Amino acid sequence: MRPKHRRLSLILSALLALGAAVAVSLTALRDNLVFFFGPTEVLAKPPAAEKRFRLGGLVEEGSVQRQGAEIRFRVTDTVNAIPVVYRGILPDLFREKQGVVAEGHLREGVFVAASVLAKHDETYMPREVADALKKAGHWKEGGGS
Amino acid sequence: MIAELGHFALILALGVALAQASLPLWGAARGDRGLMAFAGSAALTQFLLVALAYGALTQAFLGSDFSVINVATNSHSQKPLLYKITGVWGNHEGSLLLWALILALFGAGVAAFGANLPPSLKARVLAVQAMIALGFLAFILFTSNPFQRIDPPPADGNGLNPLLQDPGLAFHPPFLYLGYVGFSIAFAFAIAALIEGRVDPAWARWVRPWTLAAWSFLTVGIALGSWWAYYELGWGGYWFWDPVENASLMPWLAGTALLHSATVVEKREALKAWTVLLAILTFSLSLLGTFLVRSGVLTSVHAFATDPARGLFILAFLAVTVGGSLALFAARAEALVARSWFAALSREGALVLNNLLLGAMAATVLLGTLYPLFLDALTGDKVSVGPPFFHAALAPSFLPLAIALGFGPLLAWKRGDLPAVTRRLGVALGVALAVALITLALADRHAALGAIGLGLVAWALTTPLVELAERLRLFRAPLAESWARLRILPRAAWGMSLAHFGVGLMAMGVVASEAWQTERIQALRPGDAVAVGPYKFDFKGARELDGPNYLALRGHFEVTRDGRPVAVMEPETRRYPVPPMTTTEAAIRPRLTEDLYAVVGEPDGEGGFATRLYHKPLVSWIWLGALVMATGGALSLSDRRHRVGAPVRARRAAQAATGD
Repeated sequence: MRPKHRRLSLILSALLALGAAVAVSLTALRDNLVFFFGPTEVLAKPPAAEKRFRLGGLVEEGSVQRQGAEIRFRVTDTVNAIPVVYRGILPDLFREKQGVVAEGHLREGVFVAASVLAKHDETYMPREVADALKKAGHWKEGGGS
Repeated sequence: MIAELGHFALILALGVALAQASLPLWGAARGDRGLMAFAGSAALTQFLLVALAYGALTQAFLGSDFSVINVATNSHSQKPLLYKITGVWGNHEGSLLLWALILALFGAGVAAFGANLPPSLKARVLAVQAMIALGFLAFILFTSNPFQRIDPPPADGNGLNPLLQDPGLAFHPPFLYLGYVGFSIAFAFAIAALIEGRVDPAWARWVRPWTLAAWSFLTVGIALGSWWAYYELGWGGYWFWDPVENASLMPWLAGTALLHSATVVEKREALKAWTVLLAILTFSLSLLGTFLVRSGVLTSVHAFATDPARGLFILAFLAVTVGGSLALFAARAEALVARSWFAALSREGALVLNNLLLGAMAATVLLGTLYPLFLDALTGDKVSVGPPFFHAALAPSFLPLAIALGFGPLLAWKRGDLPAVTRRLGVALGVALAVALITLALADRHAALGAIGLGLVAWALTTPLVELAERLRLFRAPLAESWARLRILPRAAWGMSLAHFGVGLMAMGVVASEAWQTERIQALRPGDAVAVGPYKFDFKGARELDGPNYLALRGHFEVTRDGRPVAVMEPETRRYPVPPMTTTEAAIRPRLTEDLYAVVGEPDGEGGFATRLYHKPLVSWIWLGALVMATGGALSLSDRRHRVGAPVRARRAAQAATGD
């Protein structure tokens, strides 16, 4: 092969690899994308049962109940609230009136959480939660904690 | 006073960087030796000034000078000395200053040890370095000044987040930055080469050791972060595909590719334009990583600041750096002509395959990390891309990469002989198949996954050994000859084999711990027992304890195997008053073959406690593998041939003898 052709074949194989990677990635994305909703959005447009999504908001005051390893609480955006059930150990920063993001699916109106996330900073408000609260119309700038 | 001194030194450093970024370039264009030589002294001066600023900030932390805002918000007079020192970079402003310090240190390194570089190349490299420094110093001074005062000063500081008060994490950022910033040298050399219009083996001999060093540091940095997440976060996981973790993985993948393609430039004078492009991309990904972490566009553990001005500044800097260097590349890449050719089936061909696969992996991680951002910006939909995506999207690239890792080193340069190589790798192939079949027969769970995984691991672990044996002509030549070959085997060869072996070790840890771990989550009352893998955990209860600056809840487990006592494990949950914070201290019994991992949580109000117990086979091999990879890098770096300025020709004979 002449140098020009070699370079061309190199570039072509690079593009091919990149294309294949993008194709594989997009397929994987379609199957594994997890959407984020606030309680109001969930009530307005309930996701299909068994469809995984993330639910974010504040842990409603006085809603946390423990039964063995099972924990029930409600996630609120101050307008609406969704009951959540979770088996496992809650993250260190899980507290009432604090921001929380849970991943799981709806079953008969109850959100069955596979994981519960709270971030590692006591003043931290997950951005999605802040946005969800804003959407519900009850958010003051600077009231982040 | 000291803080003002540091502030002043930083402003001076900015001035020096401005001069260093412009005058030497002009000098190099005009062939003015005086102006070119100025670059060296400017780089050294800039380093001294930034070091002075850094020292001043450290002094403010050591002396608990709470009139400095940064110290007041991030330190505390009662904090242990170690965390006062590491607290300097445990915050946004200080960590950027550390970035600038390491950048200046590397620039000074080029200035001090670059005597044998062509003067114009050296001047241009240092000028490009200074441009990066200019961006970072301006960023610090205008948006993130660590020396700002507060009046009146508070009586005591806020303290450092207890999660960050940990030796594993304390040294995670410096290693990461040594890696990120180390790639800036490769970048500066790439840009300088584009300006010069020339890339030769001497260029690659300079770029390779810097890339190798940066890569080794980054490997250690990522491993430290992952290890910390494993023992400190209490989830038993070691990699969460968190955007910030991805931010460090992308430059690592690109840097690994760069490491391999620079070899081709050095040995064969081919793939020049590609290597230059990779150097640009690797550093761009390092910058992107810094941007993602520091701007707060992604919600993450690490996002210190969410100040839009900062994000905008870094984004603009990123756009100028990446856009400018890619435009320069487009304009000048034509000049970089290869001096040799190679067949598809050759060492070069294998390295190209390595580059394509690593590049595809880096692109995949980039897509998964940025996709939520794009979707949010375009449609307002909030999504997250989690581990399932990365596992599904990366596996198709990793499998061929692991296979190629075995073949590549045995292929000859220019034109390889696959049948001959396959014959020589027969042993490794046999071992891999045997391991796969045995796994398939014995595994009680995940047999297929385990068989493929362990087969590949066996392949990755045996091929470097076969490769070494080949170099030594072990069992083919008399032992004395093998011994003689062993004595002259270059350290770079050892380094490569060791690094490839490390990949196998790490893959082993990942496969075994993913396929065969046991997880038990339940509420336990004192007296309850749970079987976890082959072990039995007896929960004896939990009690409250006073720590030095926290209140702890300590669980007590007695672990037995077939009735024989194995260990007592006491995980804790700690509550800190300043700043108010709870941390999980998992109890871990690490062994080479398996880890036992126990976490105790809050009481459930009915006399029980939430507990999480794990049995994780071979999980420590993940970090062991990373360490072995980095050691391979360091060993290779210590090779005389990599030492800049070492006589190269003298080694050629030895190379020829070992078939290198």
